[in-house]
Amino acid sequence: MSDAPTTGPLIARNRLWHPPAYTPGYKTSVTRAPSRALVAMGSTLSEETGPAFGRDMLGELDNNLILNFTGQPAIGERIIVHGRVLDETARPVPGVLVEIWQANAGGRYRHKKDGYTAPLDPNFGGCGRTVTNAEGRYEFLTIRPGAYPWPNGVNDWRPMHIHVSVFGSGFGQRLITQMYFEGDPLIKRCPIVNTIPDPAAIDRLVAPLDMGMAIPMDCLAYRFDIVLRGRRQTHFENRREGM
Amino acid sequence: MPQPLDYLPESPSQTAGPYVHIGLVPNLLGNTGIYPEDLGRSPIRDGAKGQRISITGHVRDGAGMILRDALIESWQADAAGLYPSPGERRGTADPNVTGWARIVADFNTGDWRLTTIKPGPVALPQGGVMAPHISLWIVARGINTGLQTRICFEDEAEANAACPVLARIEHKARIPTLLAKATGAGEYRFDIVLQGPDETVFFDI
Ligand SMILES: [Fe+3]
Repeated sequence: MSDAPTTGPLIARNRLWHPPAYTPGYKTSVTRAPSRALVAMGSTLSEETGPAFGRDMLGELDNNLILNFTGQPAIGERIIVHGRVLDETARPVPGVLVEIWQANAGGRYRHKKDGYTAPLDPNFGGCGRTVTNAEGRYEFLTIRPGAYPWPNGVNDWRPMHIHVSVFGSGFGQRLITQMYFEGDPLIKRCPIVNTIPDPAAIDRLVAPLDMGMAIPMDCLAYRFDIVLRGRRQTHFENRREGM
Repeated sequence: MPQPLDYLPESPSQTAGPYVHIGLVPNLLGNTGIYPEDLGRSPIRDGAKGQRISITGHVRDGAGMILRDALIESWQADAAGLYPSPGERRGTADPNVTGWARIVADFNTGDWRLTTIKPGPVALPQGGVMAPHISLWIVARGINTGLQTRICFEDEAEANAACPVLARIEHKARIPTLLAKATGAGEYRFDIVLQGPDETVFFDI
């Protein structure tokens, strides 16, 4: 299995697959959505190159959200979240930084702006990071986050979710998304989920329960593969003008 | 049925939401003890070659309100126009330039500030030279897919006039939205407007 290339032009983003900027069901987007068309162009070196992060910067507990805040275990349902980072040509993307953040088991974030009634867990910080290995794999140990209410509609709730930030080998591959959990009835009702127009695209963000990776008498597992933009690889690249 | 094309679709984007700081800059938020320091605190180290500059600005929405929850990442070349990236094949960049930074709007005022070196012009393998620029990626609550734009410099008129990327902008009157204005020695101002009459040019790249 060959790795995703680290140079070459990026495949254009399918803007019909991603959420549009203006999604009135998610009210905050109304004044934050550009109203002019995006200026389209092929990728340049500025998007094809990007920062690199080595595994050497990682601490031992960086991908263990159960222990990485105080060293004492966080409360909640213990889960492994694992998967691969691939590109659109289905090749693994090794050596890229994956960062996650989430609410605690009660649905409360450790953030000065979160005033939800559910209590903070003194042993849960809520973030983790790792770098994909040679096969593009990553793994986190965490607790399953709780659902939480948010001021949008009168009674809107976010489904259980983990926020995920991923780098590729080029700055133009930069992506932030959210992982949802198979079977959560709140997914269908969520205005943020529903900014994505195509139900097949929403399915790509729903992690199935993965009993093959669950550890007996210890934790459940969910699998979440992440796909970044791919790169074109042809012999016709970088031709001089007129050729 | 034709042969199948075995592409995977890119994972769809979702908003970074209001709590993006927990994941990307926990120390700045006060959630200390997990990572020794936040990533991307500066795109340069001591000894970086080039002119030191600082760029200040805010991100404003269509109602004229300044965002206090925006997070911006920047990516730039060194003073010679080389990227500090494994994907850079034209040469080796200045080892004291990392090129990448996380810039966080102030929780109270919404102002952000980037201190760096002025990047050099970037010659493209297929021809043409891009004017000195810093690429930006902007996320916040209410932004469904990270917005891509560039800071160019008003005082680089000649390079800007020859830049193939600025030339892509059909409505020339909008080009100034990408130009940082000099406000003092090494000081620039660059405000980002998400929506409205002075809306910043955003790219689909
Ligand atoms: Fe959230």
